[in-house]
Amino acid sequence: MAETNNEQITKEDIKELNPSFNVKSFFQDNIVTILFVFICILGVQLSKLPLFFIANELLVRITRNSFLVLALIIPVLAGMGLNFSIVIGAMAAQISIIIVTHWGVTGVPGFLLCAFLSFPLAVLFGNLIGRLLNKTKGQEMITSMIASFFANGLYQLLFLFLVGKIIPVNNPILILSKGVGVRNTIDLSRNGGIKYALDNILKVPIFNVFMGVGIIIIIYGVCKLYLGNRYGFKRISRVKQISILILGLIVFITGYIFTFSEDLPNNLRMLTNLKLPVVTSLTVIVLCLFNFIIVKTKLGQDFRTVGQDKHIASVSGINVDRTRIIAVTISTVLAAWGQLIFLQNIGTLNTYGSHVQIATFAIAAILIGGASVSKATIGQALLGVVLFHTLFIVSPKAAKELFGDAQIGEFFRNFVAYGVIGVSLGLHAWKKTLKRTKK
Amino acid sequence: MTESIKEFTSKFGLPRLIITGFFILICIISVFVGLPFDSMLSDIIRRFGMYGILVLAMVPAIQSGIGPNFALPLGILCGLLGGMISMELGFVDAMGFWSAIIISLPFAIITGWLYGLMLNKIKGSEMLVATYMGFSAVAFMCIMWILLPFKHPEMVWPIGRGLRVTVSLDSTYAQILNKFWAFEIGGVNIPTGLLLFFLGSCLVVWLFTRSKIGIAMKAAGDNPKFAVASGINVDRCRIIGTTLSTILGALGIIVYAQSFGFFQLYMAPQFMAFGAVAAILIGGASAKRAKISHVILGVFLFQGMLTVALPVANELIKEGSLSEVLRFIVQNGIILYALTQVGGGE
Amino acid sequence: MQEEYTLQMENIEKEYFGNRVLKGVNISVKPGEIHALLGENGAGKSTLMNILFGMPVIHSTGGFGGEVSICGEKINIQSPKEAMEKGIGMVHQEFMLIPGFTLTENIKLNRERLKGNIISRLFKKDSHKFLDYKEMNRDSRRSLDMLGIGIEEWVTVAGLPVGYMQFIEIAREIDKSNIKILVFDEPTAVLAESEANNLLKAMKKLAKTGIAILFITHRLDEVMYAADNVTILRDGELVATRKKEDTNVLELAELMVGRKVEVSNKAEEESRKHKEVMLSIKGLKVNMPGEEVKGIDLDIRNGEIIGIGGLAGQGKIGIANGLMGLYETTGEIILRGEKLKLNDTKESLTKGLAFVSEDRRGVGLLLESSIEHNVTITALQIKGKFLNRYGIFNQIDSKKIREHSLKMIEDLDIRCTDPQQLTKRLSGGNQQKVCIARALTLQPDVLLVSEPTRGIDIGAKKLVLDLLVQLNKELGMTIIMTSSELAELRSICDRIAIITEGRVEGILRPGDSDRDFGLMMAGEYHKIHGKEAI
Repeated sequence: MAETNNEQITKEDIKELNPSFNVKSFFQDNIVTILFVFICILGVQLSKLPLFFIANELLVRITRNSFLVLALIIPVLAGMGLNFSIVIGAMAAQISIIIVTHWGVTGVPGFLLCAFLSFPLAVLFGNLIGRLLNKTKGQEMITSMIASFFANGLYQLLFLFLVGKIIPVNNPILILSKGVGVRNTIDLSRNGGIKYALDNILKVPIFNVFMGVGIIIIIYGVCKLYLGNRYGFKRISRVKQISILILGLIVFITGYIFTFSEDLPNNLRMLTNLKLPVVTSLTVIVLCLFNFIIVKTKLGQDFRTVGQDKHIASVSGINVDRTRIIAVTISTVLAAWGQLIFLQNIGTLNTYGSHVQIATFAIAAILIGGASVSKATIGQALLGVVLFHTLFIVSPKAAKELFGDAQIGEFFRNFVAYGVIGVSLGLHAWKKTLKRTKK
Repeated sequence: MTESIKEFTSKFGLPRLIITGFFILICIISVFVGLPFDSMLSDIIRRFGMYGILVLAMVPAIQSGIGPNFALPLGILCGLLGGMISMELGFVDAMGFWSAIIISLPFAIITGWLYGLMLNKIKGSEMLVATYMGFSAVAFMCIMWILLPFKHPEMVWPIGRGLRVTVSLDSTYAQILNKFWAFEIGGVNIPTGLLLFFLGSCLVVWLFTRSKIGIAMKAAGDNPKFAVASGINVDRCRIIGTTLSTILGALGIIVYAQSFGFFQLYMAPQFMAFGAVAAILIGGASAKRAKISHVILGVFLFQGMLTVALPVANELIKEGSLSEVLRFIVQNGIILYALTQVGGGE
Repeated sequence: MQEEYTLQMENIEKEYFGNRVLKGVNISVKPGEIHALLGENGAGKSTLMNILFGMPVIHSTGGFGGEVSICGEKINIQSPKEAMEKGIGMVHQEFMLIPGFTLTENIKLNRERLKGNIISRLFKKDSHKFLDYKEMNRDSRRSLDMLGIGIEEWVTVAGLPVGYMQFIEIAREIDKSNIKILVFDEPTAVLAESEANNLLKAMKKLAKTGIAILFITHRLDEVMYAADNVTILRDGELVATRKKEDTNVLELAELMVGRKVEVSNKAEEESRKHKEVMLSIKGLKVNMPGEEVKGIDLDIRNGEIIGIGGLAGQGKIGIANGLMGLYETTGEIILRGEKLKLNDTKESLTKGLAFVSEDRRGVGLLLESSIEHNVTITALQIKGKFLNRYGIFNQIDSKKIREHSLKMIEDLDIRCTDPQQLTKRLSGGNQQKVCIARALTLQPDVLLVSEPTRGIDIGAKKLVLDLLVQLNKELGMTIIMTSSELAELRSICDRIAIITEGRVEGILRPGDSDRDFGLMMAGEYHKIHGKEAI
């Protein structure tokens, strides 16, 4: 995240130039996020779940889901809104998992083979979606949603009827006893399948990671401060760098205390048992970096230009349609890999169900994090994952405590997921009409 | 008239031709595999009447310019609520049926009106927002079905809280329309009451479109700028269209339920809008234009195809629910096609 | 000799569907010369520029005749991209700027400076290269400095004053290393006077560096101030090319407008002069984007045809739209001594105004509906005509509708198969007649007609104009006709109000001199003839 520094400096300076930044507008712009922070805190209180349980679940869910949410960013950048068709990317992943399971390749090689196989599939699907979306400019989101429903029909047709009937597969682990159709659930842990393939490569207690990250931030901060002096940045950037240093110190010290201190209260001591799946986390970080770096390239600039104004982009010679196709294709490929990470952690593939809700949940998460149809950042994605999944963890228990019925909690989080999408999209559309009428 | 016939054929379009062709094909297959023709025809007619009003609900929505009403679940939920309350109050038979409708009306009117107000704020993005409005309303009512203080023993779980997932109408007004003046010709059962009710509703909507306000509404949907220049209050017309659509949704689900014999609560209404949208599109409507004839043709083709496809599919492939998958593909495929027709160019 | 000119366009001809819009135009610009291109709307300026830029619209309609050469080299430009490569730049009238981007990003749009990285070296693709902001900023700075713009190059464009945006566009053009000729398309149209002055100064400065400048405008004083030479187009013909030193504003105005005009009969006009005021407009302001009205006072007498003329974007279109309450309006409208409620279309229609919109297909018609539906709908909604009533219910009266539309079709000579025909299948002229029929069905006291002949062929034009005259003479209908075509206003109107910059520049008789019309259209009349006009 530290690399964003340069960009933020200019933004800060501009805010200083036009004094539009104030507390009120901050609240107005982030109302959704703030609201959900409160709901989450309330939920955690009500649920009476132990902190360790929540933290552990959350850690698992963050590493499991972040990748999928991050896959949404590039299409937003390219002005295509929230990509509901990441479901189709997930289908590519599941197709390759089924193939790899059929071949019996397991463990890390199995996982890598899945990633390898899903790539061409996702590129193909992404390309097709891109072409479709180019035909429905201005209605991209509903189109991508209906497209994912449509694709789901084809997917079911493939695995329920064609496999076994037309495509001969003889594998009792996969195929229903009748010889036609793939089983509803496929156990990915059988014979050391791809379950935890990525997660279990390296797991490190989280507070050790804290210490490590703390040290890296401190080193970075010092370097920046030193170099910053040489380039002669303004005062405001100095404040920024010092706060980075302090952040690094806090992270380091927290890590240090939790690792080495003997006299912690019991419920906090439990937290030291948290372990971070390092490789999975690294993959997520690499994706963050990818999203960040691509903005700095010519391609990224094209995405942004197309996203801001298709007409101007095409007048200045950018191939708008092609750029949009590339954006969706990247998103689809990332979604496929995201689904792989998701499934290797879950450990069972629900052939006809695992992919269905991922777009809804990923989009709800990124919106809760403060993103909108036209703007989404890495930070919003990650914050959204944390908030949304906190809600996910605590809502059944909270509802049970409150109404005596856990089912209400499940309905409630469905309601939240759909509601937040509906409301954010509605608000966005409203702002758009307001702008139009003002003109 | 020749003009409108020409218009009709040119608008028939590729997907509708395919579906009609497919329908005829599976009809032929069904004869070959020896399926009982008469019971199948009875089934088609029954489902035609059963789904008709839900599809009809799309007409005022499309005509008033808000596009296919993906938020049909809002109306459906109002209908369900009306049905539940009427049952709780102990109404049975005809009284139960009509009281369900009457009780659901105020809910539908208020919901439709509020929803129409909201749609006026988000012109141009109606379909997507509507979809998620519908979804979240369904999820919200899921909570309500548990929390609302219903007591009737046939409605609530014997143990635990809340309403059942399906509420049987056997003791109240199941089949009440279907059996009204029903008769049989050559083994084909004609549910006269159901058909009359559906066609009656169509007639009412048709008369409405020929009244002053109906014409204003259609103009507002066709070309809002034109409507404004003719002194028509476009926003008001859109609200009227939305409200009407919501009312028809409520009415539709009650008619559906009496024919089906159950009220389906909880997540059941979530995707009902999609089937209705697909049906009217198959009938020849677009996201911007719809007529009563589109409803009648569409619901006949779509439901006919599904009715015939089910046994045919079961003959061909014994396993699984091929026809369900087929419905999914056709339904979303046709909506997708309609979307490419709307969005193109711009 | 040839190399002397940066740009030469010789004997350019162009036809659109058999309609000749350019008839042998020549234009030559030397390096460092500012060459003004003057003409009314529709004189052929934009077609000429489209040819220069190789716009697709030219090549998809059969290309053009004549020759274009740059620096003495004959070229055949097929696409805007090619034009760019040949060193032709354009400063657009509407800004091609992305508000969310910084100045640098806008200036270097799709011409970003790149630097390689590992991945781009691996795949050998430019799209994977990083943007080199340092270089880009330096380039932008250089261009901005050249124009004397002090804003930091990393500021976002959103929120900058309009005046600056034009300069950013220019900066983008001169940042192109090979720029030889720069076209300014009405650059001062949206600028305040001081901003416009800055722009003209910058233009002169640019010309000194050896760039040839083609300057499209209709502001005559700007021409006199900035240009070295002036070319005047009218109806696709080259009227004259003048050196600045050899001409003056009056001559330019005359050249721009002059044409043979069939002037309406004045004898009748005298008798009308004394008739009472039908509609009185006081301090009318209409917030119509692109056609803003900024305070108009105008009296319209009973039974006259008043023309509203002026160049595009000056606000003439806004007047009728404001009277109908279609755009936000302030001021006072008094109809037959009675104040009209503003911003209420229904009120305007009920009180006896009817409107034939300038946007025929967008506002004027329900394209997917039948002729009879189109003709009757407004009267049905406003006056409750054509309805059968049953208590609180009502139904349309198809019989009456049919009768009435058949009569209208006959009266106005609408060529169609039957009243059921969809209006989208009609020709432009017949569509216009349907619009007029709809307005007449309201039986209005005042008929507002905007751009009645836009986009219809010559034969139909005459029919529509004759129809208006006929309505005026036979029914005594007051008509307010707005048109960009001065000639047609002069052929049928009793008086013509010329609108510039949202105000009435003056009111002329059809028979007044070309020069006066030209000066008023260019907004120069006041400056020359002192204070208030007629």
